[in-house]
Amino acid sequence: MSVPAFADLLERLVFTPGRNAKVALLRRWFETQPDPERGLGLAALTDELVFTAAKPALVKGLVAALTDPVLLALSHDYVGDLAETVALIWPEREGVNAPPPDLSEVVETLEVTPKAELPALIAGWLDTLDASGRYALIKLLTGELRVGASARLTRLALADWAGKPVEEIEEVWHGVAPPYLPLFRWLEGKAERPDPRDAPVFRPLMLAHPLEDADVAKLDPSEWRAEWKWDGIRVQLTAGPRGRRIWSRGGEDVSGAFPEIVEEMDFHAVLDGELLVVREGGAVAPFADLQQRLNRKAVTPKMQRDFPVGVRLYDLLFDGGDDLRPLPFDERRRRLEEWVERAKPARMDLSAPIAFASFAQLAEIRAGARAASIEGLMLKRADSPYVAGRQKGFWWKWKRDPLSVDAVMMYAQRGHGKRSSFYSDYTFGLWRPDGNGGEELVPVGKAYSGYTDQELVWLDRWIRNHTVSRFGPVREVEKSLVLEVVFDAAQLSNRHKSGVALRFPRILRIRKDKPAGEADRLENLMNLVEKGSAAEAAD
Amino acid sequence: MAMPKENILPMPPPHPETWLRVTPEGLHCLPGGFTVDPVRPVERAVVTHGHADHARPGHRAVLATPETLAIMRARMGEGRAGESQQPIRPGEEVTHNGVRIRLAPAGHVLGSAQVCLEWKGSRVVVSGDYKRARDPTCAPFEPVPCDVFVTEATFGLPIFRHPPADGEVAKLLRSVALFPERTHVVGCYALGKCQRLIALLREAGWDRPIHLHGALMGLCRLYEELGVRLGDLRPATVAEKAALRGAIVLAPPSAVADRWARRLAEPVVAVASGWMRVRQRARLRGVELPLVISDHADWAELNRTVDEVGAPEVWVTHGRDDALIHAMAGRGIRGRALHLIGLGDDEEDAAPGGGGDAGEHAAAAEGATA
Repeated sequence: MSVPAFADLLERLVFTPGRNAKVALLRRWFETQPDPERGLGLAALTDELVFTAAKPALVKGLVAALTDPVLLALSHDYVGDLAETVALIWPEREGVNAPPPDLSEVVETLEVTPKAELPALIAGWLDTLDASGRYALIKLLTGELRVGASARLTRLALADWAGKPVEEIEEVWHGVAPPYLPLFRWLEGKAERPDPRDAPVFRPLMLAHPLEDADVAKLDPSEWRAEWKWDGIRVQLTAGPRGRRIWSRGGEDVSGAFPEIVEEMDFHAVLDGELLVVREGGAVAPFADLQQRLNRKAVTPKMQRDFPVGVRLYDLLFDGGDDLRPLPFDERRRRLEEWVERAKPARMDLSAPIAFASFAQLAEIRAGARAASIEGLMLKRADSPYVAGRQKGFWWKWKRDPLSVDAVMMYAQRGHGKRSSFYSDYTFGLWRPDGNGGEELVPVGKAYSGYTDQELVWLDRWIRNHTVSRFGPVREVEKSLVLEVVFDAAQLSNRHKSGVALRFPRILRIRKDKPAGEADRLENLMNLVEKGSAAEAAD
Repeated sequence: MAMPKENILPMPPPHPETWLRVTPEGLHCLPGGFTVDPVRPVERAVVTHGHADHARPGHRAVLATPETLAIMRARMGEGRAGESQQPIRPGEEVTHNGVRIRLAPAGHVLGSAQVCLEWKGSRVVVSGDYKRARDPTCAPFEPVPCDVFVTEATFGLPIFRHPPADGEVAKLLRSVALFPERTHVVGCYALGKCQRLIALLREAGWDRPIHLHGALMGLCRLYEELGVRLGDLRPATVAEKAALRGAIVLAPPSAVADRWARRLAEPVVAVASGWMRVRQRARLRGVELPLVISDHADWAELNRTVDEVGAPEVWVTHGRDDALIHAMAGRGIRGRALHLIGLGDDEEDAAPGGGGDAGEHAAAAEGATA
């Protein structure tokens, strides 16, 4: 009865708001489910189960064959999310008495089933399940399991259940695989901890808290070290006799996207740093350039040439087999400098320390940095050990103040996950001359965050009531609603009709009070663009 | 002189369109001079059941079941529930200006009835709100063959399939067992859902006291007076927070998301409603434990009922008329959307999200143009 049991867990996780209650639900799963079911559930929740064969289109085809197209369209329109629509509308067949599948049956059968037989296999499973079971199965197969419990929270619950520090689990996490039988044996005290030894495993990252300007006064400058906060992606480089890996911030293996870095990792160490596109002469390119290298299955030589990457190093976690994490930051920094001197790794450099005598002086340095590739400053306490997670008081990120424009909503699109039945992605534009003596709106960006749940409901209703035309999932709306949009940087871009791209745009507030004609003009935004942006050269 | 019937009738029975009209007050019977479930004060009203969007105050004469009249008096006060009240029981018949009026159980809430009207051999059944699922607190729906069947379509999409209510109650009890230190507060409508839930809990073996928000107590008392046993009911006073650990508390849906519920001991917020089937809707309301228990017909019940009454023509008062009319057309049944104003503004009909039904109307309009 395991897919239904898993479905029940997912349903409770989705609806349970409190972290502790989620942990209680997860603990119960680890406690009550047999092997290998509990391990497969753990893998599903931590995104370690990947099925490639079953695409959403397959599921859509199955349901289309069984339902009236008009009723299916009306239902999909109402529910928003395809998986949920299918789960709810799937006709329940009388006389199906096959038991619902176990997770292990699903995993094993999918591996060996030829593609042509998949539709019948999946339809057969859906027939044995109820609505929440069907929802869980579809989400599992199509890999969109957003359940309100992150991979990290799941591991925290595992640690909580086992009475072990979560760091011990995170350390071995990438050395074990679903269904995690040795891991569970260790957690239940029946075996030794699986030994990652020199395996290239992910070590949980140390994270920073945002620093508010008001908190700065409480800090003693002599106790703190400053560095630039670069706008790249945080990576952990792990290399040794048993392999090399580049891990993303969340512990995802991104080695495949950056082969030229992996090639240079002929050392035995674990390093923390920022992956950046670095131009000739060392200038760091804006994030938009780095984006060209992300989420690619294959990396062409042209991509490598056009967007050359490097890693700016800021911490050393392991030197050989020597765990440096308990050492104070100053000591690790000294070891890092020595290590760079010794290893001289290509495509890597040191994140430079910024000297300062007072926070007033540091604030000036921060305000003076105009490069789009700089998000602000990092402050690290001189005596802080390297600890996993977001421990308060050790590391701070001190971002530059965001920029903002008042823009007009132009298009809206449905979101995903919990927002699937709401119009939650908004394309907004600014005014510019249309060449005929009038004004036209030109889209400058898209935002899908920043608003509250209540504002989302309001915006959704406004959009439904002010639609002027529809293109598939997109609605064009009346150009009358002004949104105050904040963003971290504006960069020139040839790929955007407006010639400008925004970094991290989000909705700060809905300006119901402001007529659309008084929204900002494109030239206001152009004044905020970082000069010397390299994005246009790259295209 | 037995001749084939069609040969002796001088005229066919009049089409219901000629004697039953949609007016701003509601569905008005021209020869009878009365309106079914009028939304504004009228001379003569026939009321299907006690929910506030169907039973409104200020009419002169009201005809309804004795239970519905009692509920109206309890909710509106003696003076406002009609100057003169005429109770008739299901199965009894009265004739008014040549129109025969009979009530048949609708299975929606205690006292709920379908209004069966017959004039010159033409029969219309106005079903009000109804369901086909079992409900220990009221008489089951009775299909009445007719020429025109008037139905709601609150849950008129094939995604709405209400599971057996006892299974949902078992889900609630499992959650109580899983979180014995927390208070389970269940949002439910004061009339019907609340009492059905209590009765189902009793059937499931829950014999501990059930605690009620003040707004629910009155109608529960009335149900008991009318012969529906509900067991040990107690007021839920937030002051006794500790005593309510592990307890089940019922409250109006508006109160569960409110500060009132948050003062309880680590409340598990549940809501019992047909809307809970769509998880994104449930989530947006901050519901932790959605219970799909509805007093309305789901998609299958709507279609089955339409087929059972055998009417060649079906009028849809409110809800997802687009989908239901499309499905009926496939079976050769002529559907007509009445777009009655004022229905669905209250109780379970109301769209989830707390913002009235504007969202649903928008969604319906969108479906129609898609």
